[in-house]
Amino acid sequence: MLKILKYSIYDLLRSRWSYVYFIFYLALGFVLLFLNNDMNKAVITLMNIIIVLTPLIGTIFGVMYYYNSKEFTELLLAQPIKRSKIFMGQYLGISLSLTLSLVLGLGIPFLLYGLFRSAAIFDFSLLILVGSFLNFIFVALAYNIALSTENKIKGFGYAILIWLFLAVIYDGLFMISLMTFNEYPLDKFSLVATMFNPIDLSRILILLKLDISALLGYTGAVFKDFFGTTKGAFLSFLVLCLWVILPLLRIKMKLRKKDF
Amino acid sequence: MIEIKNLHKKFGKLIVLDGLDLTINPEGSEGGIFAILGPNGSGKTTLIKCLLGMVIPNKGEISIDGTSVLKKWEYRNNLNYLPQIANFPPNLTVIELLKMVKNLRPKASNEQELIDLFSLYPFLKKKLGNLSGGTKQKVNLVLTFMFDSELIILDEPTTGLDPIALIHLKELIQQEKAKGKTILITTHIMSFVDEMADEIVFLLDGKIYFKGSVAQLKEQTNQSNLEHAIANLMTKQHA
Repeated sequence: MLKILKYSIYDLLRSRWSYVYFIFYLALGFVLLFLNNDMNKAVITLMNIIIVLTPLIGTIFGVMYYYNSKEFTELLLAQPIKRSKIFMGQYLGISLSLTLSLVLGLGIPFLLYGLFRSAAIFDFSLLILVGSFLNFIFVALAYNIALSTENKIKGFGYAILIWLFLAVIYDGLFMISLMTFNEYPLDKFSLVATMFNPIDLSRILILLKLDISALLGYTGAVFKDFFGTTKGAFLSFLVLCLWVILPLLRIKMKLRKKDF
Repeated sequence: MIEIKNLHKKFGKLIVLDGLDLTINPEGSEGGIFAILGPNGSGKTTLIKCLLGMVIPNKGEISIDGTSVLKKWEYRNNLNYLPQIANFPPNLTVIELLKMVKNLRPKASNEQELIDLFSLYPFLKKKLGNLSGGTKQKVNLVLTFMFDSELIILDEPTTGLDPIALIHLKELIQQEKAKGKTILITTHIMSFVDEMADEIVFLLDGKIYFKGSVAQLKEQTNQSNLEHAIANLMTKQHA
């Protein structure tokens, strides 16, 4: 598996898109820091961007890589390697190279700006950690979609749709349900509903760390009570891990029966 | 020896292989070149992919040298496969690809000879994305023939090759045969079959419709020309 991983990273690091992505984060980091002139504010703005953008790029990259390397994957399948190792290697390759772009692209400007001398270092690390999780989650989702869909265009469509659903539509439905049932106690419900969407979960995790939960009112207090504790933080990271593991298990299952 | 028993495969409602039985190289016989022929969609590629473990059959058994190969992968170390379309990662160079495949198969390889044979030296440091179709096919051939394996499977090997490369390919195949290897080839170029094949396996509607030498086929269909003999087989069935 490590051999496949090495070569997919190698292949991806040479592709123009990895650099475009890296340079985008680099530019974003510099621009935000010099416009805001305040690391904390920059982190908040970054959060809003990362939480929507990393899933989008992750899904698109994942689907694109799968379809583009299809014939090559077939060549690998004829080699003496176990099936699941080929795909796990590719999956890790994409996720790691995207994470590398994210970490380096944002890390460099923040380091230059004096991250280690600032109090924002924990918030920033959390942001990067959550961003990396989102990469791993959405590349896994993308691989699931691509493995189940022969048709490239359909695959892209579903991938975008799942991103749109989790990034936008889910929140809309969430809001509507809150409005409809606002006579009932909804704190438990909203807590659980947050867990079912990795994007929401990441957002809440960061928001609460940034100490602006007061803005969120009563539910915010409930959330703070939950996520603020070690147990809550632990549980939410566990859920994020599950969001990586479950799609990966489905990939493995799918591979057992898939024809190439 | 390859033994395929009662192989079934369908894609959705489409039945591609329908209880196919095939034995290639029964115990004791020495290698040889087997041409797998059949009209488009007769299941040639599916059969090969089942053998490679890329397509998983619904029913049936495949064994090589007496051991079942279904759901296994180690046996592929003794098998070389040339895929139909050579589409490699565009960002890798030829030499990197060769190194990578060598790295994946811990086995002696003789790529230098093959690179010489197909005059690929000027292309070694070029990216695969920038190569022409024929050159890619040559790289594909190097990847296939550089390992010493008992079984060689070639899916449309002649695609895009120039006459010189084609001659080299034929020599290569004959050399491998002389070493006692089993070579399976699918192609639509009948002159190639006529020249190379020891035996023809003709697939139709997911079954073996004919298996025998070129001479036997010509005799059975009363044709002196292989192309016509094959055409005769196809039309007879459909008439």
